[in-house]
Amino acid sequence: MAEHALVLRGGTVVDETGTRRADVVVRGSSVVAVEEGVDVPRGATVLDAGGCLVTPGFVDLHTHLRQPGAEEAETIESGSRAAALGGYTAVLAMPNTEPAIDDAAVAGEVLSLGEKALCQVMVAGAITVGRRGEHLAAMGELAALGVRLFTDDGAGVQDAAVMRRAMEYARGLGVIVAEHCEVAELAAGACMHEGAWSSWLGVAGMPAEAEEVMVARDIALCRLTGARVHFLHLSTGRSLAMVAAARAEGLPVSAEVTPHHLSLTDGALAGYDPLYKVNPPLRPAAEVRALRRGCADGLVDAVATDHAPHPAERKDTTLDDAAPGMLGLETALPVVLGALGPADGAPADDSGAEPAGMAIADVLALLSWRPARLLGVTPGDGGEQGGPVAAGAPANLCVVDPAATWELDPGRLASRSRNTPWAGRSLRGRVRHTVRRGEAVVIDAEAQR
Amino acid sequence: MGRHLLSVADLGAEGIDEVLRVSDAFTEVGRRPIPKVQALRGRTVVTLFAEESTRTRLSFETAARRLSADVLSFAAGSSSMKKGESLRDTVETVAALGVDAFVVRHNAPGAPAQVARWVDAAVVNAGDGWHEHPTQALLDCYTIRQVRAERAGRSPAEVGVEDFAGLRVGIVGDVRHSRVARSLVLAMAALGAEVTLVAPGTLLPVSLEGWPVAGTTNDLDAVLPELDVCYLLRLQLERGAGAFVPSLREYTTAYGLTARRAGRLADAALVMHPGPMNRGVEIADEVADLPRSVVLRQVANGVAVRMAVLFLLLGGDGASALRGLSADG
Repeated sequence: MAEHALVLRGGTVVDETGTRRADVVVRGSSVVAVEEGVDVPRGATVLDAGGCLVTPGFVDLHTHLRQPGAEEAETIESGSRAAALGGYTAVLAMPNTEPAIDDAAVAGEVLSLGEKALCQVMVAGAITVGRRGEHLAAMGELAALGVRLFTDDGAGVQDAAVMRRAMEYARGLGVIVAEHCEVAELAAGACMHEGAWSSWLGVAGMPAEAEEVMVARDIALCRLTGARVHFLHLSTGRSLAMVAAARAEGLPVSAEVTPHHLSLTDGALAGYDPLYKVNPPLRPAAEVRALRRGCADGLVDAVATDHAPHPAERKDTTLDDAAPGMLGLETALPVVLGALGPADGAPADDSGAEPAGMAIADVLALLSWRPARLLGVTPGDGGEQGGPVAAGAPANLCVVDPAATWELDPGRLASRSRNTPWAGRSLRGRVRHTVRRGEAVVIDAEAQR
Repeated sequence: MGRHLLSVADLGAEGIDEVLRVSDAFTEVGRRPIPKVQALRGRTVVTLFAEESTRTRLSFETAARRLSADVLSFAAGSSSMKKGESLRDTVETVAALGVDAFVVRHNAPGAPAQVARWVDAAVVNAGDGWHEHPTQALLDCYTIRQVRAERAGRSPAEVGVEDFAGLRVGIVGDVRHSRVARSLVLAMAALGAEVTLVAPGTLLPVSLEGWPVAGTTNDLDAVLPELDVCYLLRLQLERGAGAFVPSLREYTTAYGLTARRAGRLADAALVMHPGPMNRGVEIADEVADLPRSVVLRQVANGVAVRMAVLFLLLGGDGASALRGLSADG
């Protein structure tokens, strides 16, 4: 019996090769035809894509799935469902679990649980044992399992000699070292960005320099070692400027920014709502503008969510006691479109910054094929993410309605947690369908399993 | 007055004036043989002090009792907060007992604002981290007005808040970590006083953007002769403030109000301190005991001002209440 067919009909295909009107026919786990006005095979499932963009599925470089160790906040299953609803067909699970993903046993457990997930689950390995910043984790063992990126995310590697060793070791393995840039001493006790708002609110702040000092150090270490270095969730214009200079020098560096740093400012903490406590902290509008420019200029390689679920009790508390982080997977597309897309009457966000005015295809690139390429998981690398949408390619796709306006009901989030600042807010742009290895895991914004 | 007192910014000049006028009435009550009125009979006030502060808690509890309110006292050391119960659960549990006002002291800035979102009762900020301590600023305003009225041979009500216009106030010391300073700056700015912050760079706020102050300096001697009020902040040594200065001796040398420095103040200038004082650090022993030092009056006025705040939050409008403030009614 022939494999079941799926047709995404009436949409506009957008990938790195360009934009064209086409229906997309999927059979099994592959795309078999991309052309206008295809004959629908008998018995095929037809998904309407009228007025929508059909793109390679999104790839999140920065997801906290919380399993193992904090399953009350998120599980691989719930997190992958949230990802699918957000248009993601692959996520990179961060290693700050309990225990940390610092050896093959834990990585293997996560990868095995990920096999049944609603999207591809890849894992990042810890740089140091237990993420304690002291002794190198089993990077070779993890690389042999397919781990391509290493980070102690949640904290920066404070000891420069340890980071140097990690870079030297990583270089030989051909893997990426990714840094959460935060000098612990400059960030001690901080709950928000240090600046006008923190000074007035009486809240301990961390200066932009807590990030920038470590970006500068790691660029120097990158020069010393030649390792491939990725900067996680950069949040200041000067951080991006340093990355730009390093790149101009020919150093192998890359950078991601988050949807929330592109859309929210430190003023959001005026009411002391721990929902807005996140690391790195939300910055002033000037930094939001600089990050948007960095995306528009092509400097930023990816928008990554830093999806950080926390149960209510970790947020229903005082600012200093609350856990940092916010959800991101289910809202990334509209938030990023609003911040970076065309300035055509999108709902204003709180930052006061103008939208970057990028073409939608360039915005989708930051969510999909550019992070896929960065991580080396495109079909050209032997992977299955990032497109292009062409006959013979793996069917990891997402159908985006850029004009749909909707309100986020926190009760309907697939995530086990509810710590999103977008609850009850009007959002424009919605993921309508998501196809994962040929399976329609999301149809009309509803998860199918 | 609004529903809560979380920040001096909630009051404005008119709100401060109202609190001061109602405080006048309660000062009068305090002089009676039985210093008690029935204004809040049947109402319940909770003092929720997650950070220990005997002075402020006693002041609020005395104020509530003199208004005939029932007082529930909830202190950190003895409570379920030590057993891992979240602040929200604690507050909601207490609120379920039937509470009209929460007086909240917490080491976390913003905690009173959060409590105000979680319960229906009125919330008074009794000091939150480095953020604000509104009733301290109000009792400071009250004290300044009272002393200046006495010296002018007029009643405080006659003097009014217009007297603050152009008043030169120096706030000296650890402004960065001071909730008292933030509330006082707001109060003084609302009333038209000119505030100068005097501190080394490590103790000034990181950013002064938007602060309604006339200026900052690290030269106390230069500003002393110009001041009408020299307000000394406590160096919170118990919280590591010592790490922000090279040594206590160096701090005292540059910012301590020594007898010699006090001599450079104008004759009419007041010396104030929110207490508890580090004698010999920010203020010399003999200066603390000078007539121009009104530290004890600040403490004494705390009860009347806190009565006024609780009364205005729970008792309705000030003017009508003032008319009916009799001992039995």
